Amino acid sequence: MANREEIMAKVSELIGPFNNKGVVLTAETTFQGDLEWDSLTVMDFVAAVEDEFDIIITMNMQAEIESVGQLADAVAKLMEN
Amino acid sequence: MIDLLSKFDPLIEERETLLATGVKDPFSLVMEEVLSPTVAICNGQETILLGTYNYMGMTFDDDVRQAGLKALEEFGSGTTGSRVLNGTYSLHRDCEEALKEFYDMDHAMVFSTGYQANLGIISTLAGKGDYVILDIDSHASIYDGCAMGNAEIVAFRHNDVEALEKRLKRLPADAGKLVVLEGVYSMLGDVAPLKEMVRICKENGAMVLVDEAHSMGFIGENGRGVCEEQGVIDDVDFIIGTFSKSVGTVGGFCVSNHPKAEILRLVCRPYVFTASLPPSVMATASTSIRKLMHSGNKRAHLWENSKKLHQGLRDLGFTLGTAEAESAIIAVIMPDLEKGAMMWQALLAEGLYVNLARPPATPANMTLLRCSLCAEHTSEQVDQILGMFEAAGKAVGAI
Repeated sequence: MANREEIMAKVSELIGPFNNKGVVLTAETTFQGDLEWDSLTVMDFVAAVEDEFDIIITMNMQAEIESVGQLADAVAKLMEN
Repeated sequence: MIDLLSKFDPLIEERETLLATGVKDPFSLVMEEVLSPTVAICNGQETILLGTYNYMGMTFDDDVRQAGLKALEEFGSGTTGSRVLNGTYSLHRDCEEALKEFYDMDHAMVFSTGYQANLGIISTLAGKGDYVILDIDSHASIYDGCAMGNAEIVAFRHNDVEALEKRLKRLPADAGKLVVLEGVYSMLGDVAPLKEMVRICKENGAMVLVDEAHSMGFIGENGRGVCEEQGVIDDVDFIIGTFSKSVGTVGGFCVSNHPKAEILRLVCRPYVFTASLPPSVMATASTSIRKLMHSGNKRAHLWENSKKLHQGLRDLGFTLGTAEAESAIIAVIMPDLEKGAMMWQALLAEGLYVNLARPPATPANMTLLRCSLCAEHTSEQVDQILGMFEAAGKAVGAI
């Protein structure tokens, strides 16, 4: 099973193609505030993350996830289940 | 005190900026007189209506109007009550009978609006621990039905069969699942691949609800919608529809063959906690629904109109939402809101009304001039409409 560092690295890699502003990524980087993603970009990105880790991130969960670090935590938790 | 309306400041500013360019407010048009399903007087000018969803032109049908007048005389102006208390008249039951005949199904439940039908059925069916799987471009009433319930919500890319299948396979096998699809998506007028999607839902143990708001009366041999056209109507668990489009009045419904469907009348809050539709509305709806069962010729003419407008707009150089006409909705894609509003106003000045659709109602932040055809538009009117698009498009530099 992937550890949190590996998950962070993979998540950052998946953000790449959507990071049009070239924002430097940290665990605190937010999707809406820093990356300025609209709902369509969020959906494409979530689909990429879901396919990579073979998980489902429901819209209920997405509403609670604001930063890259929170996403990595959520992915780690989903992979445990 | 915190002004709770200040959260809308960005929208207020955007509107003021738009109106400062000199365009009229596209969201406050008034129809002073309505002459027929296809013509009204707006700003004192005769205007062809091309954005009403009045697909089958039933609003001025003589039998429909007579039925409404008779019911108004005999049953009064309103029920002043819930369907489960004093708000069910013989006319409400008859309207549900008409729906059962129309769809050849066992159960029909009439709601006060189509919005409430989605709100009620989705929030009631999918409870805590269940999953609703929906297309990302679903109508607001579907999203609101999800927000009102306690289920987990999973979205998939618009009309993407593979994305739906992947998500269904990842969900727990023992969880309740409701997949919500639409026959025709109202923004671009594109049709869902229901044949494949419904099969995948069944293979993965999900129940299926299809909203046929924009296809009822028009698509399918008997006008039952895209489910009928693609041969999967018997595998769909619930069909949601509305009376405010092809039927030509107001109201919503759910039809189903599920043996336990009747219990929904007691547990569905948007059905219980609101007043039922007025008797005249029920009488106009039943009359219209029964006439729509035998409207093959009108369906054929509406297809002709839709295909002709689609081809004509393409020939003029407009960018459209679909490669071919898939429904009676033809969406013209505009580069931005300002250009869209200018074009909308130029069309209105020519004597043509279309819908201006803007984010967040539209997919991919598009600004659309959405046209919906009517079976009562004559072929000559479609020619006139194309002439107006050409003149307006050239005037504002859109083509």
